[in-house]
Formats: sequence, C-alpha cells, structure tokens
Amino acid sequence: MLDTVARFQGIVVPVVAVLLAFAIGAVLIRLQGVNPTYAYKTLFGSALLTPDGLLRTLQKATPLILTGLAVVVGLRVGLFNIGAQGQLLWGALGAAVIGVSLAGLPAIALVPAALIVGVIGGALWGAIAGALKAYRGVHEVISTIMLNLIAAGLIDYLVSGPLKEPDQSIPRSAPIDPAATLPNLGVLPSGFVLAVALAFAVAWVLRRTTLGFRFDVVGKNRWAAQYAGIRIPAIVVGAMALSGGLAGLGGAIETLGVVGQYESGSSAGLGFDGITIALLARANPIATIPAAILVGVMRSGASSLQFDTGIQPEVVDVLLAITLLLVSLPILARLVVGRRRAKDGVAVTSGWGS
Amino acid sequence: MADWSAGRRRWLLTAGLVLVVAYVAFAINPRMTQSLLGFSWSYAVPLVLAALVGILGERSGVVNIGIEGQMLGSAFVAFFAAAASGSLLVGALAGMGTGLLMGAFLAWTTVKWQMDQIIAGVVLNIVATGLTSFYYRQGATLPRVMPHIEVPLLSKIPLIGPVFFSGGPFALFAIGAAVLLHYLLFFTRWGLRTRAVGEHPHAADTAGIDVIRMRLLNVTIAGALAGAAGAYLSMEASSTFERGFTAGRGFLALAIMIFGAWYPLRALAAALFFGLMSGIASQLQASNVVQIPEQIVNLLPYVLTLVVLAVAAGKVRPPGAVGQPFVKADE
Repeated sequence: MLDTVARFQGIVVPVVAVLLAFAIGAVLIRLQGVNPTYAYKTLFGSALLTPDGLLRTLQKATPLILTGLAVVVGLRVGLFNIGAQGQLLWGALGAAVIGVSLAGLPAIALVPAALIVGVIGGALWGAIAGALKAYRGVHEVISTIMLNLIAAGLIDYLVSGPLKEPDQSIPRSAPIDPAATLPNLGVLPSGFVLAVALAFAVAWVLRRTTLGFRFDVVGKNRWAAQYAGIRIPAIVVGAMALSGGLAGLGGAIETLGVVGQYESGSSAGLGFDGITIALLARANPIATIPAAILVGVMRSGASSLQFDTGIQPEVVDVLLAITLLLVSLPILARLVVGRRRAKDGVAVTSGWGS
Repeated sequence: MADWSAGRRRWLLTAGLVLVVAYVAFAINPRMTQSLLGFSWSYAVPLVLAALVGILGERSGVVNIGIEGQMLGSAFVAFFAAAASGSLLVGALAGMGTGLLMGAFLAWTTVKWQMDQIIAGVVLNIVATGLTSFYYRQGATLPRVMPHIEVPLLSKIPLIGPVFFSGGPFALFAIGAAVLLHYLLFFTRWGLRTRAVGEHPHAADTAGIDVIRMRLLNVTIAGALAGAAGAYLSMEASSTFERGFTAGRGFLALAIMIFGAWYPLRALAAALFFGLMSGIASQLQASNVVQIPEQIVNLLPYVLTLVVLAVAAGKVRPPGAVGQPFVKADE
C-alpha cells in the first residue's frame, strides 16, 4: 500500500495538498458566516455544471495552462520565471495591435499573424531576463518582477496614449477585427485545444529531444553542462524566450478568444497563477493541464460565489496560496509517504552571481 | 585586506563628495534641496530596512525573496491592528511581530526542512498577497498620525538634521538599525560567526558554531525588520493600506542589498541613491522641465534596479554559502 503511494507521490501529494487547502478554506469560509458545503457547491456547480460555466472555465484555464508551461520550462533549466505576467501582457497587446491594424485580412491569415506576434512579444520580454541572467548574472526572480512592473506601466501608457481606442475614456485598445476572433467549438474554446496540444508538445521537447536534454543538464548541473560543451548562455536565453513565448501566446489567446481588445487589468494575476500551477504540477508539462483546469474552475466560479454568498472573490487567492504553500512544503510529502521515500520537490536556487 | 580598505576609501570619498554637492545645492536653493532630500529619505526608509533583512539573511547563508510578502503582511496587520485597537503602539508591535512570524516561517522551512529558499520566499509572497487581499476592508483609519521625534543636537544640523534626525519613529529606527547592524556584523563575535556561517558553514561547524541555530535566529530576527518596513509604509509614510501596496519594494531592496555589496551602511547609501533618482524625476515632471508621461516616470525605480544589477551583479561577491541548505557532514 505504502509502496504504491510512494510510487505515485507525484500525484498523491498535490491531491492531498488541494484537499487540505479546501479544508482550511472551509474554516475560513465558516468564519465569514457562510456554510462551506454550500459555498463549494456554488463554486464548482457554477463552473462545471452549466454549458456557459464550463466554457468560461475552459477559457480561464487556457492562458493558465500556458503560463504554467512557461514556468515549467524555466524550472527545467533551473530558472524561476516569475515574469510570466509581464510576458503575457506583451502577448495580449501584440495580438490586439495586429487584430486592429491588419483588419480586413481573412481569418486564416489574421489569426496566425496575431498569435505569432503575441508569441514574439512574450519571447522578447522573456529573453531580456534571460540575457541579463546569462551575461550579467542578474537573478531572474528580481529581473522578471521588475520587468513585470515595467511591462504593466509601459503598456498602460501605450493604451492610454498612442494605442488608445479613439473617443473612449477607458485605457484600452480598439476592438479587434471580428475575423481575428478565436471561435469556440461548443463549450470548447479553440485556444484551449491549442494550449493542450502545446502541453504535449512541450512534454515531448523536454523528454525526447536534444534541446530538452540540454535544458535538463544545465538545470541539474551547470558544471557538467559546461564540460559537455553546452553553451549555457544560449540555453538560458533560449529557455527564457521559449518560456516568455508560451506566456505571450496565453495573452494573445486571451485577447483573441475572450476579451476582444486589450484592456488594462483584464488579465491581472494570470502569470502568478502559472507559478502555482507549475509547482502543483511538480514541473511536469502534462500535469499543468489538470492543474490549470482546477484553477480555472475556481477563477470562473468566484463571481457566482460572491453573488450567491457574499464571499469576496479573493477567497480564491487564499485557497490557491494555501494550496501552493502545502504542495511546496517538503514536510507534506514526508508525512504522506514517509521521510525516506519522499522525493525532493522542485529546486531552483542558484547564486546571485552565476 | 588592501582592496577592502581601498574600497572603503572610495566609498568615503563618494559620500564626502555627495555631502559637498548637497550643501552647495543647499546654499543655492535651501527649500528645494531640503524637500528633495526629504523626499529621497522617505522613499529610502522602507528600502533600507528591507535591504537589512536581505543582508542579515544572506550573510548567514539564507536567500530571502519573501521580503515583499513580509512587508505586505506586516503593513496590513500593523494598519488594521492600530485601527482596531486605537493604539499606534499596538499597531507597530503587531506589524513587527507579523514580520517576525513570517521570518520564523521562512527560517524553519528553509533551514530545518531544507526547502528550496527561492520557492519558499515566492510562496511567502503569494500567501501574503492572497490573505491581505481577502481580508482587506475599506474605511479603516488610524487613530492619529505617528508622533514626530526630534533627536537632540543632531536635529539642529542644517539640512541633514531636519531630514534625517527629525521624523517618525520608524525612520529614525532605520538609521539606528543600519548603523547597529553594520557594527554588529563587522565588530562583534556574533557578527564574525554569522559571516562564517554564511561563507563556509562546514568550517564554522567544525569550529563549534551551531550553524542551524544561527541561521534560524538571524532569519527570524530579520523578519522583525521587514515588519518595521511594512509598518512604516502603512502607518508612517501614509495612513492607509491598499491591496498589493508594497509595489515591488521588497525586490528593489534586494537590488539595493547587492548594490551595497552586503554592507548595511553601503545599502543605506544605495537606498538614498534610489530615492534621490526618484525624487529628481518626479521633481522634473512636476515642474514641467521635461515632458515625460507620468506612467514612464513611475517606472524609473524598476529600470534603475535592472541597470544597477546589470552593472553591479558581476562585480560584487555574495556570501559563499548563500542559497545552500546546511546538512551536517556526519548525518
């Protein structure tokens, strides 16, 4: 029995963490004077049991899969990319700019062009942090946080000035050409299909290709990588660009499939949820899919929860934070499967100067 | 040894030069110089305190990426404890206590359980963001403004006196803490041991120093400084709390720590430099000397952080064992 549990700890530990987090969340909800069973029923019911809710949940999960993948790719190279937020914003803006400025093109050209520009926007923003790390030794956690704040400020300036929708007081871009819209296939957003396909593609690249192997070696042992002749700076910049590109695609899909224009603040927090998802998935690309759907359910049900019970939607932030805390605490794995069998969680610490 | 004293001479020279420039400016335009320096210092106070948190942690070998979360949590608790109890003292103590608790959490998970230090810190940030935005309520106010303290004699010095030695308790505390930590780290037995633990824990262990205990204590105590930084933000610099209102200061502080090469007094100078740059930029914008959009001016500290790190990170050397959990050799 315990052997089986230990073998599947990659699944068991996150599940236990999620259940524990919901238990703690139940106490917090009770303290607000609301019946927790009713609250959770509302949360999950509204997110999963109606066609509208299901569509919204999958729409929410789509950029989350991609930002989760972005963080996973970074972790493989030993980089903690907490800049998915900023990279995603550039992707969202890039797609909006193409969707507006190339209006008139047929959908078959417009949609790929907008998505690709979104990817490039995110990739370039990620590559800045990669280059700062590879050539100047700037730790990526600080640089990506700074780049998040800079991206938010710059884009805020752009959409309240040069790129602003004419004759509108709200800082946002003009609406995209309807031809650029990503369609929904019933309750299945086409962006979601793309994100799931990319999760499998990333898994394949990381496990089956030379590039993935190089990522792994650089992440696990920098000295061995150097000795083997791997060009570490190129791998670091490349991994950050790939990571940023994934996040940028998430932003582009959000613009084309959900928002329909760039609007300040419409994608707040998507990048940070990526961190939770990546750690919940234990840096496994395929596992980001269920993790992102879980987070998508909570994000999508939060507004109904507020409507029905009066609990603030920020309760989801608390639930996710507790989940993240529990899943990353090494003690949880040790309690579940015993100290000796517990595998270490994800590790990313590398010095400031390297 | 030679290059250490050379480095110190360079720093003293720079500091002297800055003072001369400041007093020349003061002679030309006393009001504007004093208000600019005052702005710089109030901008620098939380950064100094937070940088000290980073320095104390890293000098003992523990990276603290969670300073931002510690500040946010303490700012929240300090503000609402003061508003609910009607006592500023209760608020201040509750804020510092929250920082201490969060420091203890970071210490325990990273030192005792050898959890990855970067991940532990980021988790701390996300937990603090989640809890403070959930429990945030509008409409609370502080019972009154923080008291204004004048240090006898020192506050009478022209320019420097009114700016640095006359102000709220946390601002004065920041100067005291920087000087004290500098003294403790480099002139006492505790400081030598702390640095040994951060540079070469196994050597320190062989010499009979309890590495685990030193790290636990130092990271926990540093948390109280982060608490002071948070309480300063919500009680002294402003009398309010907003969601996410530390705005990346915990990360600016890490850049300042690196810029200051892990020396408390140099970090104080580095924080003032950040404050001065920010002050000059907003002064230029306010007086319409140059036409820069406000959004761009607000980004200056973040861009400055990247530039400073890109220039300084390769030149300074972090403590040797930073980021590595200590496992006793014979276990």
